Amino acid sequence: MNATSLSALEITNGVILFWILLGAVGLWWRDTRSLTRILFPLGALAALLLAAAGFAALGSEAQTLVLPLGLPELPFHLRLDALSTFFLILLGVASFGVSLYASGYFRHMEGKTLGLLCLEYHLFLASMALVLLADDAYLFMVAWEMMALSSYFLVTTDHAIPDIRRAGFLYLLIAHVGAIAILLAFGVMQGGNGIGAYTFDAMRAAPLTPFWASAAFLLALFGFGAKAGVLPTHVWLPEAHPAAPSPVSALMSGVMLKTAIYGILRVTFDLLPEQVWWWGVLALGLGLVTAVFGVMFAAVQGDMKRLLAYSSIENIGLLLVGIGLTLIFHVYGKAELAALALAATLYHSLNHACFKSLLFVGTGSILHATGERNMGRLGGLIHHMPWASVLMLVGVLAIAGLPPLNGFVSEWLLLQAFLLSPGLPNSYIDMLVPVAAAVIALAAALAAYVMVKFYGVIFLGQRREPALARAHDAGSMERAGMVWLALACVALGLFPVFVLGQIDLVALSLLGSQLGNASADWMFLAPVDTGRASYSPMYFLLAVAGVMGLSVLLVRRLYHGRLRRGAAWDCGFPAQTARMQDTAEGFGQPIRRIFEPFFRIEREVPGAFDTHPKYHGHSDDKLWFLLYLPLKDLTEKLSGWASLLQHGRIHLYLAYTFATLVVLLVFV
Amino acid sequence: MQTPFILQFINLLAALLLLIVFAMLAQRRILSLIKLFAWQGALLTLSTAVVAYSTAQHHLYYSAALTLALKVLLLPWLLYRLIHRLNVRWEVETLINIPATMLVGIALVIFSFNLAAPISQLAEGITRGLIGIALACVLMSLLIMLTRRKAVTQVVAFLSLENSLFFAATSATQGMPLVVEFGIALDVLVATFIFGIFFFQIRETFDSLDIMHMEKLKDD
Amino acid sequence: MMIAPEIILAIVFQLTQLLLVVLAAPLLSGWVNQCQAWLQNRSGAGVLQPYRVLHKLFRKDAVLAHNASWLFRITPYIVFGCMWLAAAIIPIIAVDLPFSRAADVIALVGVFALARMFIALAAMDIGTAFGSLGARREMLVSFLAEPALLMVLFTASMISHSTQLPRIVESLAHHQFVLYPSLAFAALAFVIVLLAENARIPVDNPNTHLELTMIHEAMILEYSARHLALIEWASSLKLFAYVSIGIALFLPHGIAEVGNWAALPLALALLLLKLILAGAGLAVLEVVSAKMRIFRAPEFLGTAFLLAVLGLLIHFLLGA
Repeated sequence: MNATSLSALEITNGVILFWILLGAVGLWWRDTRSLTRILFPLGALAALLLAAAGFAALGSEAQTLVLPLGLPELPFHLRLDALSTFFLILLGVASFGVSLYASGYFRHMEGKTLGLLCLEYHLFLASMALVLLADDAYLFMVAWEMMALSSYFLVTTDHAIPDIRRAGFLYLLIAHVGAIAILLAFGVMQGGNGIGAYTFDAMRAAPLTPFWASAAFLLALFGFGAKAGVLPTHVWLPEAHPAAPSPVSALMSGVMLKTAIYGILRVTFDLLPEQVWWWGVLALGLGLVTAVFGVMFAAVQGDMKRLLAYSSIENIGLLLVGIGLTLIFHVYGKAELAALALAATLYHSLNHACFKSLLFVGTGSILHATGERNMGRLGGLIHHMPWASVLMLVGVLAIAGLPPLNGFVSEWLLLQAFLLSPGLPNSYIDMLVPVAAAVIALAAALAAYVMVKFYGVIFLGQRREPALARAHDAGSMERAGMVWLALACVALGLFPVFVLGQIDLVALSLLGSQLGNASADWMFLAPVDTGRASYSPMYFLLAVAGVMGLSVLLVRRLYHGRLRRGAAWDCGFPAQTARMQDTAEGFGQPIRRIFEPFFRIEREVPGAFDTHPKYHGHSDDKLWFLLYLPLKDLTEKLSGWASLLQHGRIHLYLAYTFATLVVLLVFV
Repeated sequence: MQTPFILQFINLLAALLLLIVFAMLAQRRILSLIKLFAWQGALLTLSTAVVAYSTAQHHLYYSAALTLALKVLLLPWLLYRLIHRLNVRWEVETLINIPATMLVGIALVIFSFNLAAPISQLAEGITRGLIGIALACVLMSLLIMLTRRKAVTQVVAFLSLENSLFFAATSATQGMPLVVEFGIALDVLVATFIFGIFFFQIRETFDSLDIMHMEKLKDD
Repeated sequence: MMIAPEIILAIVFQLTQLLLVVLAAPLLSGWVNQCQAWLQNRSGAGVLQPYRVLHKLFRKDAVLAHNASWLFRITPYIVFGCMWLAAAIIPIIAVDLPFSRAADVIALVGVFALARMFIALAAMDIGTAFGSLGARREMLVSFLAEPALLMVLFTASMISHSTQLPRIVESLAHHQFVLYPSLAFAALAFVIVLLAENARIPVDNPNTHLELTMIHEAMILEYSARHLALIEWASSLKLFAYVSIGIALFLPHGIAEVGNWAALPLALALLLLKLILAGAGLAVLEVVSAKMRIFRAPEFLGTAFLLAVLGLLIHFLLGA
């Protein structure tokens, strides 16, 4: 066992090295054909290898490795434990599909740009893997920064467009503010033991008072939250995701956001010695607000990638709710429930990686086929893009949390965790739980609304622009990537018992408690107790399919299958134009109206006698105006004061230096 | 552990009482508000009678009868006549929209239960929920008074507040002395009459029953 | 592998209920319509009218709009299958239904959601003004009704410590009689959800094709013949399923225990009585209330949602 398990870490390292090499080769080759035909598929295969290695290593002991890289006296520490392994599998599974897709997607790109992109893309993958492997603060921060920078350059691939430059800058800014917070959190967790204590092992051992532990937790929550898009640091997501090329958006949303979730889990449950109950309440509350906010804004978007970005914010909120619940149960000694909540969180991470990547790459195909990101100019694509429409339907059903697909499983687990929760010692928290469950249910139902809008406006109905008739389906490699991701969604939905068995190992290593499947039958998912709850997606699928088949058969046998085509009825209304359908704005209008106080709405409504009536509506994020713009003004003012120091006269600068020296000497 | 049936029944009545207060919170029409108030009185009668039966305190039967006469029949009838003559059947304008008020209501329920938890642990023979529910009803009646603009609604809310207090008194502490109850009943009756007179005065002065107009009364 | 005789019996029972609900569901719709007719002083078409309508529709040639896609064509079957399944897993006569283990209450809500998603998507498929209007309104109604239903079911699950319907019914029906204040809230919320989800009067009107008011009818405007028949039948099944849920949660008394075959006839008779009463009650509710403006509906359903949450809270507070 030892020999094989050691090789898992080595394989992982090998994959990381291979990715970096691929990037370097790509920069050197600069030939679109060989880049897309050889390098990207090779990268995809490496990702598959990574997933397989992680899968083999999941049950085994944690493996460590010290690399004599980095600064002298500060070697890199690597560690592959259950938590890292789980997220590495997530990375491998999602990036295999995305890389396959990318090898088809980038086929029309110019060689020189693509060579650079290949480098950035594979560096991005490698740095994400490194973040998951890092076992000291130094390597972690290096990998984290590498991840931020490579993804920044990926976002600004089309840097000729000012909006994209702006989005990239915003992303970089928030990523760095977050990174500073993470660095500070590591500093606090060292416990003042000097530079030698930068390894995670030293942090685990450092004694922290609850005050400092809380400080570290808050800093980490802010720092990782900024990367994940937790309110109020979510503003970069809806800007950066649409700006990036679709496979990159898929990776950022599907995988990179999960590294932040990994970070929160790592710091909270592994590095900090003890947890405090209000951390859980804070995470729960933030998660609920983020989830509802995200889905509400997703409902009013007109740009399909922005819509998906807001939906990512919602899912991050759900994950944070899961973490908060885990914390609460863990602190109050409900070991089994904590394991259940953690399982729901991890399961949902995996699910989100699959279906969100699928949807994002799907928007890429639509973008290639039509050149449109605005849903108001799409429609009827189901007739022109049969593959994409079927595969996207899988993704849409999965993300809407419908059985028997994967989104439902994690939602089911999360709700079960809520249902099993009564009996917490703090009565306020006890009552918070049902209210939180209600909010989760609301967010899930709104997600279905959003997804009907997404799929319906893009794929169904009449073409809103005549040019859409020329839309073509996704290419073969694009299809392959999407098929892989869709299959992952289906498999995760149909075999939850198996997946949960693997996740249980993570829970065991992180929380010291385990969930276990109470049912002996692999068909039945039954955490805790078979009498309490059980769900069998396989039987469910069989039953629905059986009943459907039966009804088709009966109708055909007893009656007939005659069919005619005719004009649409529509209450006898004769002139049907594409403009009569709901636009994306129209479909979201009820949500905008119900939740009006939460939006900042600009509206231009025509009067009754306008000869050229024009309607224009736009919903903005209030937080941007209430929080970010004042912050920007404040920063500008402060830097204005700071610039008073700058005169350009050498004498004055020397005087500053002199004053500093004197002050320091006084203190010393 | 099985709570006795009588207690379950009182619990149910308490929950229904809370339900009615929530319904009042959500109600826009004054007429329905008064009907709800009458139902609240009926529930109160029932709960008082049940408490009287279970604790064998006969004076509680009188107070149940008093509640029936006063709060189910007389006061709603008076109020009905009042709005009929004032002609204020239109929809109540609220200061905060109704779903938001309901959310505040839920927060109040959680708050008052936690507030009442230590008190109810002192009380004997009563499930801890009752005082919490009564307190929640009181707070929510106050909330109705806070968020409505029509003077009539405010009076109904005030009466519902009194009902909630009465419920707390009968079910949690098994009733006050009869004399006190008579006194309170009389007070409420008189208060309603006075309110009625005031309504006419208010309308005479401002041509409206909107209490927002009362802002004009302050010194400038 | 040996299969125990009781498992076979249970499976037989499950299949019987499957058959029973699909045949009986239109009868319930017919009964509700007939009661409404009586209440409105009409003679009505008789309780068997839905069967005649279904038969007529099945015989006709289906007409499909020119740009209808495969999604539009499979949707009636999916919706019908989902609703059939939903109605078949709710214990109404006896509590041992083997398939209920595969889909608990959360999955039940999921089945409804799956059907709704498909029907809303199919409504947008043709690209008519009414189709997308109907889809939008349907999703608007459901985004509040679905969590409300979930909360109602949660309240019952909390009481019985299980999310499996047979367990819930078992613990509500066969243990010592207890009054649950939380269920009073849940029941009220459930009635509102039932009205909204089955396109009943305060929220929607199943008998109208008036542009401004229709929701469900706007979605299925383009369907004809067998597709329409399946959707109509699915609507009946949905109503039957909802009424069954109501009976299972709030009036489960008299249901037969596991393996108690002698109690079956009585259970069946009681069920019939409950269904008749529920149908009549639904008709009365519809006749006495007026259709709401569409933007009042979210407020109405929001009330249901809050009531359901309150019921759950009450359960936590009173422990019952």
